[in-house]
Amino acid sequence: MFKSSVSALLLAAACAAATPAGAEEPIKVGMILEMSGPFADLGRQILNGAQAYIKAHGDTVAGRQVELIVKDTTGAAPDIAKRLAQELITNDNVDFLAGFGLTPNALAVAPLATEARKPMIIMNAATSVITTRSQYIARVSFTLSQVTAPLAAWAIKSGIKSVYTLVSDYGPGIDAETTFKKTFTAAGGKIVGEVRVPLRNPEFAPFLQRIKDAHPQAVFIFLPGSSEQPIAFMKGFAERELNKAGIRLIATGDVTEDGVLETMGDTPLGVVTTHHYSMAHVSAQNRAFLKAYAEVAGNGVRPNFMAVGGWDGMAAIYEVAAKLNGQIDGDKAMEVLKGMRIDSPRGPLVIDPETRDPIQTVYVRRVQKVNGKPYNVEFEQIPDVKDPGK
Amino acid sequence: MISSLLGVLFDGLAYGMLLFLISVGLSVTLGLMNFVNLAHGAFGMLGGYVCVIVMSRWHVPFLAALVPAFVAAALAGLVLERILYRRLYRGSHLDQVLLTIGLTFMAIAVATFLFGPQQQSLRLPEYLSGQMSVLGVDLNVYRMFLLAVGVVLTIALTLVLEYTRFGASIRASVDNPRVAEALGIRVGLVFQIAFAAGSGLAGLGGALGVEVLGLDPVFPLKYIVYFLLVVAVGGTSSLKGPLYAALLLGVVDVAGKYYIPQVGAFIIYAMMVILLILRPQGLVSRP
Repeated sequence: MFKSSVSALLLAAACAAATPAGAEEPIKVGMILEMSGPFADLGRQILNGAQAYIKAHGDTVAGRQVELIVKDTTGAAPDIAKRLAQELITNDNVDFLAGFGLTPNALAVAPLATEARKPMIIMNAATSVITTRSQYIARVSFTLSQVTAPLAAWAIKSGIKSVYTLVSDYGPGIDAETTFKKTFTAAGGKIVGEVRVPLRNPEFAPFLQRIKDAHPQAVFIFLPGSSEQPIAFMKGFAERELNKAGIRLIATGDVTEDGVLETMGDTPLGVVTTHHYSMAHVSAQNRAFLKAYAEVAGNGVRPNFMAVGGWDGMAAIYEVAAKLNGQIDGDKAMEVLKGMRIDSPRGPLVIDPETRDPIQTVYVRRVQKVNGKPYNVEFEQIPDVKDPGK
Repeated sequence: MISSLLGVLFDGLAYGMLLFLISVGLSVTLGLMNFVNLAHGAFGMLGGYVCVIVMSRWHVPFLAALVPAFVAAALAGLVLERILYRRLYRGSHLDQVLLTIGLTFMAIAVATFLFGPQQQSLRLPEYLSGQMSVLGVDLNVYRMFLLAVGVVLTIALTLVLEYTRFGASIRASVDNPRVAEALGIRVGLVFQIAFAAGSGLAGLGGALGVEVLGLDPVFPLKYIVYFLLVVAVGGTSSLKGPLYAALLLGVVDVAGKYYIPQVGAFIIYAMMVILLILRPQGLVSRP
């Protein structure tokens, strides 16, 4: 009896002694990403971006090492994402949840972040509603509504009065459609037709023909980046000679994202899009990002806005760790995140203290060749855009 | 009105023909040889990658690049038939499914490793791109090309299967391998050639499809529904069935998307359900 209580005491003492030693433990970041399956390109971009940040800034912050624990959701799989988050929280005891390329995966994990009081950094998923699902979510990417509204305003300003909309039939697509319609019609524009195409849709020909027959001045599209759809749409658009019929193509930057732009050939030249990041953005931060990215991913692999999301997510995590002296606590971390300013490769970004969504500059860009390669060249900017979807 | 109707009909036929071209290999391996070959799309993907790579690395023209696409997939089929497929000709369908779905996942992993998860695309030659105005309807040149290839391929395959000694050997070997063997037909060899041909056709279809369907490592799974749809609706007794099925599904799908875009994406499945209820053995079934 006596003996066992002595050993219990010893054990307790050992535990107490272990606490300061715990500071030597790495800061664990659980990355829930789409590393295989149809969206594997997305997961790879985000992870490369995050690793590039670590490479450029060293793998220790506030005296603690930073460790990424990568888990693969295999695609849009809420059940798997939820299970992976559970594992990360209970087994690995992570300090941050991060990643999330796709909305459904982020939504599935949100309640767990609240329950475990773990800060959850959204590096890509762009549906407005995500940040309302948990007080512990902060987003460093963008929302579809945020980049769509400036496009509608630009279209009106450029004399476009009638638009046909075509979007993918899921959360972000519907956000884009709703925002575009609202902004465009409020300013006196007319929507002559709208269609939502299924996420799995290998054939755009009939939709394109329908648009051509409706003779709008422009067609607005949102299709998920890093998939075959923007390429297929662009090809069809050129094949059917919609441009020769006087129909302009305007889109969110997902459609002409930097990673896929080269495989589209000459068809997207002249297409106008709005987005928050372009590889061609001129700034010291972007140059540093591109250099570090090439070191991680290899030369010739083009990063896109998702990679920047990964980079900025890590920037936020480093900042939190530095401010809290390496002692990560969920609630304190959220206080640091609210209102945080990040000097991103895309330009400055502030996390809105109220919605925990980014407030940032949205750029109007045109696809152009620079030194023989296609880029989204920014020619106008709208500063401090908040998410209008809330 | 009439011209838009004709346009829809043309697009539909061309889309149907594409469905046929990417599935015709399966109607040889699954239809003719009765092997549930879910790895069909992997052979198609191989053909697609070979086509894209010989075009971009060695600047081979598109039409010439179709040849190595066919050959590479046929060779892969030949080798895999020898070491894997052969063992399961008499196995249950479940065993065949397990083997081939496993092969599919392996192919996806290998393609991701070699080429990365991003999209591949190829550049068509000038004479195959753009549009041509025929009778006031704008027709897409590449789609006309697909239609022509489909027609030629169907005629050629039908001639081989129905009118040559080799065709007769295949049919005999499938119907009753023991009797065929007794009659001096080398069933093993016949199957091997037929399987290689089916795989080669898959590769050809994959290469022809890159332009319209895109190409990435998940190709074999992304379009598996369409391969199976065409063969299931068409029936497995001849090539005509899958051809008619593909054309019908293509036209219905395109017309649905054009006239009622709100539900357009589901029409192809609704059509499948209706056709399978009406003709469970397939459009063209064995007498």
